Amino acid sequence: MAKNDLIGGSLWEQYSEKVSERMNNPRHFGELTQEDAQAMNGRLVVANEGAESCGDTVRLFWVVGDDDEVIKSAKFKSFGCGTAIASTDMMAEMCIGKTVEQATKITNLDVEKALRDSEDEAAVPPQKMHCSVMAYEVIKQATAIYRNVDVATLQEKNIVCECARVSLQMVEDAIRINDLTTVEEITDYTKAGAFCKSCIEPGGHEKREHYLVDILARVRGEIERENNPDGVVGDDFLSLSIVKQIKAIEQSLDQYVRPALAGDGGGVELDDVCLGDDGLVHVHIKYQGSCKGCAGSVAGTLSFVQKSLQGTVSDKIRVVVAQS
Amino acid sequence: MERIYLDNNATTIVDPQVREAMDPFYCQMYGNPNSLHSYGIEVRPYLHQAMEQMYAGIGARDEDDVIINSCATEGNNTVIMGMYFNLLKDTRKKRLVTTQLEHPCVREACRFLETQGVQVTYLAPDRDGMITAEMVKEAINDKTALVSVMWANNETGLVLPIKEIAETCKEKGVYFHTDAVQAIGKVDVDLRDVPIDYLTFSAHKFHGPKGAGGLYIRQGASLPPLLHGGEQMGGHRAGTVDVAGMVGMGKAMEIAVDSLDFEDKEVRRLRNKLEDALLKNDDVMVVGDRELRTPNTLYVSIRGVEGEAMIWDLNEHGIAASTGSACASESLEASPILTAIGADKELAHTGVRFSLSRFTTEHEIDRTIEVANRAIDRLRQLSTSY
Ligand SMILES: Cc1ncc(COP(=O)(O)O)c(C=O)c1O
Ligand code: FES
Ligand SMILES: [Zn+2]
Ligand SMILES: [Zn+2]
Repeated sequence: MAKNDLIGGSLWEQYSEKVSERMNNPRHFGELTQEDAQAMNGRLVVANEGAESCGDTVRLFWVVGDDDEVIKSAKFKSFGCGTAIASTDMMAEMCIGKTVEQATKITNLDVEKALRDSEDEAAVPPQKMHCSVMAYEVIKQATAIYRNVDVATLQEKNIVCECARVSLQMVEDAIRINDLTTVEEITDYTKAGAFCKSCIEPGGHEKREHYLVDILARVRGEIERENNPDGVVGDDFLSLSIVKQIKAIEQSLDQYVRPALAGDGGGVELDDVCLGDDGLVHVHIKYQGSCKGCAGSVAGTLSFVQKSLQGTVSDKIRVVVAQS
Repeated sequence: MERIYLDNNATTIVDPQVREAMDPFYCQMYGNPNSLHSYGIEVRPYLHQAMEQMYAGIGARDEDDVIINSCATEGNNTVIMGMYFNLLKDTRKKRLVTTQLEHPCVREACRFLETQGVQVTYLAPDRDGMITAEMVKEAINDKTALVSVMWANNETGLVLPIKEIAETCKEKGVYFHTDAVQAIGKVDVDLRDVPIDYLTFSAHKFHGPKGAGGLYIRQGASLPPLLHGGEQMGGHRAGTVDVAGMVGMGKAMEIAVDSLDFEDKEVRRLRNKLEDALLKNDDVMVVGDRELRTPNTLYVSIRGVEGEAMIWDLNEHGIAASTGSACASESLEASPILTAIGADKELAHTGVRFSLSRFTTEHEIDRTIEVANRAIDRLRQLSTSY
């Protein structure tokens, strides 16, 4: 690893020939109109998709055959980097000749595979995998418009890692079956988090619903309590009086959290405890010492504190930083 | 294919005269300048000459130190870490003031000190990308040990009001450091006029070799060394000096200062020509007032054209430029300057930097204009957002 990593790779060196070629000469860019659709005896579908965090956008045009639901023609427009353009182009190509049903099954992983020069060499560097996700999402959007259904009904449920298309269930299973204790292990087993890294912890390139750090903490907590059923768990904690809740939290902070943070010259102080709208107990904390103002470590520290409290007190706890 | 290099804020071609000056120190005069014998003795006059060139180039006084090191990253770290051991670690002084515009070698060094309990203020630039003396003044309090503000920004080329900021710091009695990497050879840097305590530069940004740099330390502001060891550089920076590198940097500094007038007129003229031509396209915006920028730099945002896609197209035609677009970075983060000046998402994705040098020719600029216009047309045709 080290020998090759010390001189970091250039992004462009890691693009496959096929990616460069499609970037230079995309074959399917352009637009389709109602007239085009009529001439082909089909229906025009126009779908838009945008990745909010990076500002990339894509528009997909389909002409879908009236009698057979086959995509007769596909074109696209895109505001995005080279990888985004190349993967959208490949995606459009892959749609042609497929039925809408078949096209809906195309994923960004299929697009990336199709862009490879050789079977076992990735077409794009890991962080650029992210730029192909939009190509996948726009297909779902097009299908939803075609079928006149809510796009949510077509999306896979609970995808944790968009880049590697790993679901919440897959992550949970991997943790339990293999008794995983670190995020790196989750990545090794499932590939979740191996690409743009947005899904690992808050504060990355893109906001996510689930983060690997949180899932790990929760599942570890569950495993711990299954092994140690006498601890205060889950709903039991919610029914405790606030004083008892605070006591349990303080005790856990003293025992598990503060000693760990003290090593780096930092600390946390309990500011408030209250029941949140989400039905969880919100634990407001304040950073002290070196933890304070250290932007780089805030997200990491927060998730560490939460993980510890969830594991040792209750999984119904959410930790938030108190506004000062 | 004819190649055109317009990424001179990243690094520059070594001036052939500089290379010529360096050449004898590889196979002929290769002695260690600290040796007692003739091999050592014969190189020493060249080091003295290089020192003369360096001192003259930035207007340092004889009683000040200009420490020759490996690069500006080393110089900047020497200042920030040195300040930690001198003051921040165990006196009442607990704060640093710097800006969000700084190069990672300043920013990350500060971030590291934060983990050691130092408080750091990162000043946000105003909408024009500027940091004013007023902002610095307000940020200083009695716990502040050091202010660090770059002389010119690498991405936009904006030249900051360093004289006023330095004077403010002097008035307030805090040390002042400036990263002058992008200023040397582009604007007048004269320490006789400006009360600066620490100033850093890197030779490869002004047609010198890579891996040679300098750190100016005003008399009376001495710092503990970053590298401990032998007696080189008066004990301020141990390690056998890169003789060829130092000689080359001296020569490069001399030529850079002699070329300031050319830079200001000719390089500026070519830069403006490129800028005017690009601005003829609709929806093109340039960051920063032209008069407030280094003469060689142009940071342009072209609506509907993603930055990495643009430099890809330029590169396909042999033209080297750079982008601050998020998609082109290892971390997928947009360049901090764009976020800092409050740019919207679109701009954070469209920024392309052209940086010229005194080696850039009119023909190269004409060709760049032609290629860039074609790339803009192509990418806008592809684009959803245009
Ligand atoms: C403003 C600024 N400071 C510091 C540096 C670091 O220079 P070096 O890599 O030579 O240490 C650079 C180089 O990109 C720069 O532009
Ligand atoms: S979402 Fe990109 S790596 Fe998981
Ligand atoms: Zn993105
Ligand atoms: Zn991208």
